[in-house]
Amino acid sequence: MSARRAPEAVQVVKERRDRALATLVGTVPYITYMGFKFDRRGDELTAIMPYRDDLVGNPALPALHGGAISAFLEATALIVLGWSLVWPRIETGDALPEGIALPKTIDLTVDFLRSGLPRDAYARARVTRSGRRYASVQVEAWQDNRDRPIAQATGHFLMPRQDD
Amino acid sequence: MPTNRDRTEIARQFINAIPHSRALGMSLNEIGQGEAIIAMPYDERLIGDPKTRVIAGGAVSALMDTCAGAAVMSHEDAGFATATLDLRIDYMRTATPGAAITAHAICYHMTRSVAFVRATATDGTSDTPVATATGAFAVERGA
Repeated sequence: MSARRAPEAVQVVKERRDRALATLVGTVPYITYMGFKFDRRGDELTAIMPYRDDLVGNPALPALHGGAISAFLEATALIVLGWSLVWPRIETGDALPEGIALPKTIDLTVDFLRSGLPRDAYARARVTRSGRRYASVQVEAWQDNRDRPIAQATGHFLMPRQDD
Repeated sequence: MPTNRDRTEIARQFINAIPHSRALGMSLNEIGQGEAIIAMPYDERLIGDPKTRVIAGGAVSALMDTCAGAAVMSHEDAGFATATLDLRIDYMRTATPGAAITAHAICYHMTRSVAFVRATATDGTSDTPVATATGAFAVERGA
């Protein structure tokens, strides 16, 4: 047995994690197009959908498009699930390969709880089960007030093959 | 009395006035009696998987949501507005890269306050839909 390694410098760890997250998020053109961002604290991710006029579904209210909210929830679930899969590899110090395979959405059920206001929205997802073939993910989006979610969703995902 | 043609034209303008639907290039093909058909062209910005160049599920759900809402509004007992209460989408197969996606939604039941909708999305390359959806929509009738 070798002696325990000294812990890595905090900046080295942060840079590696942020680079891995950027690689993961950057693999999906649609996420880039929609302008979704991901904020990281340790392994916890918070997704951000910065407000844009072209995300509106009801200009009279105005309110965000339900489809944009669904897309935001699905992207959050997908990235958080993908992130949980690559996290162990990041922590052992390996770089992520380009074009990493993400899980595929099987189904998504969205509850629209309140109309989305014309401002930024945030979302967090929790992987409730992560198996070899399937995963279940819960995700919630809110705006100004964390206790007043605008939408919640449950989704099932097909895991990427291990040899991918 | 407005004719069916007028109604379709009004509906088309209504859909075109939805900023997010317009951003995704959606266009109304048919509408009336609680049914709507809306197409969304293939677009590189909407790719979900760069390896296969398949459209992201999120874009398909935006199409389904728009089409389902349009079907509700075209129902003879519709209120003055509608909002999605819930929407479940099943992604049955990957869409063919390069192909436009067409959603067909049917509002099959409406109560005083809720409309029930089914929708399918196809890409014209197979009889198997790309995705199917079911949803419940709030019917706004005023006080």
